[in-house]
Amino acid sequence: MPEVEVVPLDRLSAGEIGIIQGYEGEEDLHHRLKELGLVAGTKVLVKRFAPLGDPMEILVRGYSLSLRKQDASKIVVKRTPA
Amino acid sequence: MKQTTAPGMKEIALVGNPNTGKTTIFNALTGLRHSTANYPGVTVEKRAGQMKLTTGETVSVLDLPGAYSLVPRSLDEEIVHKVLIGAQQGTPPPDLVVVVLDSNNLERNFYLALQVIEIGLPVVLVLNMWDMARENGVEVDLEKLESLTGAPCVPTVGMRQDNIHNLREVIEQNLTQPSLRTKRDPSDPSLDPGIRYKQIDEILEGVVRRVPRKELSVSEKLDRVLTHRVWGMLFFAGTMGLIFQSIFSWARIPMEWISHGMEHFANAAKAVLPAGPLQSLVVDGIIGGVGNVIVFLPQIFLLFFFIALFEDTGYMARAVFVLDRVMKSVGLNGKAFLPLLSSFACTVPGVLATRTIEDRNERLATILVTPLMSCSARLPIYTLLIAAFIPQIHVFHVLHLQALVLFGLYFLSIGAGLGVAALFRKTFLKGNRMPFVFELPPYRFPHFGTVAATVWDRGKEFLCRAGGIILLFSIILWFMMSYPKDPSAAARFQAERRTAATMLSGQALSEKITVIDHEEKGEKIRSSFAGRLGKAIEPAIRPLGFNWEIGIGIITSFAARELLISTLAIVHHVKTEGEGMTAGLIGALQRERSPETGKLLYTPLVAVSLMVFYVLACQCFSTFAVVKRETGSWGWLLFMIVYMTGLAWMSSFVVYQGGRLLGFE
Repeated sequence: MPEVEVVPLDRLSAGEIGIIQGYEGEEDLHHRLKELGLVAGTKVLVKRFAPLGDPMEILVRGYSLSLRKQDASKIVVKRTPA
Repeated sequence: MKQTTAPGMKEIALVGNPNTGKTTIFNALTGLRHSTANYPGVTVEKRAGQMKLTTGETVSVLDLPGAYSLVPRSLDEEIVHKVLIGAQQGTPPPDLVVVVLDSNNLERNFYLALQVIEIGLPVVLVLNMWDMARENGVEVDLEKLESLTGAPCVPTVGMRQDNIHNLREVIEQNLTQPSLRTKRDPSDPSLDPGIRYKQIDEILEGVVRRVPRKELSVSEKLDRVLTHRVWGMLFFAGTMGLIFQSIFSWARIPMEWISHGMEHFANAAKAVLPAGPLQSLVVDGIIGGVGNVIVFLPQIFLLFFFIALFEDTGYMARAVFVLDRVMKSVGLNGKAFLPLLSSFACTVPGVLATRTIEDRNERLATILVTPLMSCSARLPIYTLLIAAFIPQIHVFHVLHLQALVLFGLYFLSIGAGLGVAALFRKTFLKGNRMPFVFELPPYRFPHFGTVAATVWDRGKEFLCRAGGIILLFSIILWFMMSYPKDPSAAARFQAERRTAATMLSGQALSEKITVIDHEEKGEKIRSSFAGRLGKAIEPAIRPLGFNWEIGIGIITSFAARELLISTLAIVHHVKTEGEGMTAGLIGALQRERSPETGKLLYTPLVAVSLMVFYVLACQCFSTFAVVKRETGSWGWLLFMIVYMTGLAWMSSFVVYQGGRLLGFE
């Protein structure tokens, strides 16, 4: 039974769901991610990682988005049971 | 290019996120009556067309580039923002904005729609891919959406006529109504996207209903294979193999048609025009010069076709997804892969394909290394020199030395390209302005009309834009190769011909005449400006093992690299033309000795040094033209020429001098 915890998005495994809590670090780069719907309170599902481990594909607001782990590590999510 | 906006004509602008089928709607509304151009000063494509209303009035329709937000982060978004607020030079503010939305994905699509609505222009919302959304279990209450947003909503399914007809009617009704909303610039960066998404959630809450579905969608099933560790990589490699096969083998057939066609055309021009400078300008300068470039059109069009097909089916995003990690290691991103691959056929489409890279520094770094990828015009040079100077022996019993050398040249090209890119990204093209994110749209069956239209638009643009500069350079190069004329030499050769005619007859005479013709040709090119330039650069290329004949070949290569071969054939008096020329030239190169030292002019070491030079040197007018246009600056072009020439010179220097130290000739 996975406990509820707060982790960077890139720490989730494929198939896991997280709810966005906020961002860490540089403000400027986050604006685009927020515009794409990755705002606080949004649920994201990690679909898969690319064959070489990076980037990762997530399902957010009904569409699939690819982002690099390095950018995903700035997004803080609450790990949530599916 | 035809004028698309007459004064007083009403303007409709189409906006939407990338991958919403916006361009399909645009094509359906305007038919084939549209033109492509660029916004002044930038490389963002401007597509404009016309639509006829039932009243007979013609209105202008503008297809704006795909954007996620009106807060500009990329060149594309900056243009959309400027056009909508009426700040784009040469484009009047629209009377009506049609926002194209993907019905499957209304939440994120609404972010842009909301910003557009906030500007205060009259808006029509198009809910495209309506059928797919229904299949996916998405239900939308259109009436409620209309009342909440105040904008009419029209569901569409791509090109389907009944929907498009309906959309035309709605556009017509709303075009006349003046806007009542207050105007506000939406690019206020202080407004947190979280606030807008809260608004969106409130609007869509009672409007969109998702029926959860148990089974996996087709797209998901495909993705399990196409982004798989093993199958995904294999599929990708197979696709690239197919592209290479088509470029290097299938494209040969139409390429031969074109070169035959150009020959016929040149002969026809010769027949019509009187012999003299004008005939020479038209036949050798214009037809010959332009022919050297348009012979690559089949390859360029094939590449554009594959790119458009990948984009339309959604596979492109998967290829980027699979390869991003590899490209990241040299400071580029997954989107740089396709431009670099395209450059193995021809640098020109490669540079054009970099447009999909949003980040300025990454795009510049990619453009600057595309000419290092060994284009197909260099292949005939490699094959000729390898056939002439690399012995047909086996290394370790199995590896063919000739094949190994060819492989090595391509390896050098890739290594140099990636290495230089990494260097640039670590130094003056450092950093990113944006996180590297992209959407993975659901797969869909390609719409061949859309693919064909895209290929045609891009091909046409290449011809119109690069064509002018290529024509200009062709004429300059023709002039350099034909002038100055030496009347005394012409008279001397004429006298030789007359002497031959009195002494010989029949077969022997025509053979002698051919010899004289070739000598005259060689003499002409040697005494031309290009020939003098070739000789003038000899001191600079001597340390690389190159003689002045190669110097002339390097100069003529600027029109197209494979011209090195015909230039060497001319300066070394190779008699036969066409098929026999290659064999004749190989023999001539192997035998040619320096008149001063009596030593062989060409040796295996010289050949390797020359091939290395051709891998790395930047010598192609078409590339110059397209790089200047895509970077928007002479400075970057100059930088590219300087760094590549420097790299090529130093590498050949190391090869030749190093080889001599090791005891090679």
